[in-house]
Amino acid sequence: MDFKNSAFMYILGIAVGAFVIAQSVYFLVKAIRRSRELGITGTVIRRTITSSAVFAVLPSVSILLGLITLSSTLGLPLPWIRLSVLGAVTYELPAATVALNAIGESISMPVSNPAAFNTVAWVMTLGCITPLIIIPLFLKKILGGVHKLRKRDTHWGDLFLTALFLGMISAFLGMGISDGLLSILTLLTSAAIMGVCGVFVKVLKVRWLENFALPISMLGAMGLAILYAELLPAELLPAGLWG
Amino acid sequence: MKEKKEYSVQVDAYGRAWMLAALAVMLLVPISMCIYFGVWPNVLDVLAGLLGVAPIYWVVCSIEVFTYAPMLGSGGTYLAFVTGNITNLKAPAAINAMEAAKVKPGSQEGEVISTIAIATTSIVTTIILAAGVFLFAQMAPILNAPILQPAFKMILPALFGGLGVVYVAKNWKLAIAPLVVMIALFIAVPSLASSVSVLVPVGALIAIGAARLLYKKGLV
Repeated sequence: MDFKNSAFMYILGIAVGAFVIAQSVYFLVKAIRRSRELGITGTVIRRTITSSAVFAVLPSVSILLGLITLSSTLGLPLPWIRLSVLGAVTYELPAATVALNAIGESISMPVSNPAAFNTVAWVMTLGCITPLIIIPLFLKKILGGVHKLRKRDTHWGDLFLTALFLGMISAFLGMGISDGLLSILTLLTSAAIMGVCGVFVKVLKVRWLENFALPISMLGAMGLAILYAELLPAELLPAGLWG
Repeated sequence: MKEKKEYSVQVDAYGRAWMLAALAVMLLVPISMCIYFGVWPNVLDVLAGLLGVAPIYWVVCSIEVFTYAPMLGSGGTYLAFVTGNITNLKAPAAINAMEAAKVKPGSQEGEVISTIAIATTSIVTTIILAAGVFLFAQMAPILNAPILQPAFKMILPALFGGLGVVYVAKNWKLAIAPLVVMIALFIAVPSLASSVSVLVPVGALIAIGAARLLYKKGLV
């Protein structure tokens, strides 16, 4: 077995995965205990857990695809590790590409030796490390500021946080609309399915649907994206769509 | 009030401890690789690689902390920034969960619901990635099937279409300005799509500015 997929690398991957699970379970337990103190019902907690778990499946599969993309160059365990802790494909792929170029190798070829492999691992790790330093130093101040804002003027505090959400959503909607017809159709389909779910919840009182409306909208829109891609002329489709 | 302070002090204490542990785990991975393989990289090679990504990503990551932390709350932020994939998974999951539970971001209830959603998604992602790694031979051909590629490449429009319609419909007055500016910007410069995370704080600043204006005029 080559060094990229050695048993040692898998052991590292398992250790990192176990760390992430342990931290998540710890925070989950603490938050559930706190929610009981706040009088949030068990039903709301269970629904939050179930709907978040269902919602996470599709984006997680998409992250897995990124892992598979990187695996041809870096083997399976290193992309697994990097995408488990502070990772995102949008960062890891360029980081690996730049690191390999710096040592005269290419992302389109498997890494040839452990020295190059270690260089890539260091660049991928150090390139995205800032939140782990900034958050312990500044989070208290950031959230203290938000708390003061809400305390001084609750209505403006709520508007401020809603505006933050809308800023993020607007950037992604803008990107979706500018990214070609397939992207626009997918975006509108997801919005339309969400609207239909809204009718079922609000008018027809199908309450359970409320927690699953987003994953259903995503799945429906992604399924129809396949159909749209089949029906649309090739010149209207994004380059490299099929592979 | 005292109770709330005690809880936030607690979250801050264990959040920092976990974050420092995560920093150690992250650094131990390449260190142990170097020891195990018996070879350390040339520092200049690492610096050359970092020079290509760090100036952008350090800035983007720093801005992300200031943009997402108020939305996610302290527990959610400590967890989300360790497990990553914030824009495409953790933040939407937290927003969706708070919306469904009818709690406000920034409130005590919002804080715990956001943390529960982020913890759950982190566990699911970790399990799916592990399953994908250990069942690679079985899963890779299915996931790489050409017929499925349009679905996976359209995951962000599928996610933000559904999420966006709820928020935009509920807050359309606040949404107009950032939406118009962002759509115009992306249509004028389509290549910006690859750096959308840089534009999230820009969209947030426009939305906050517009919200302040509408608030001052008594329109929201």
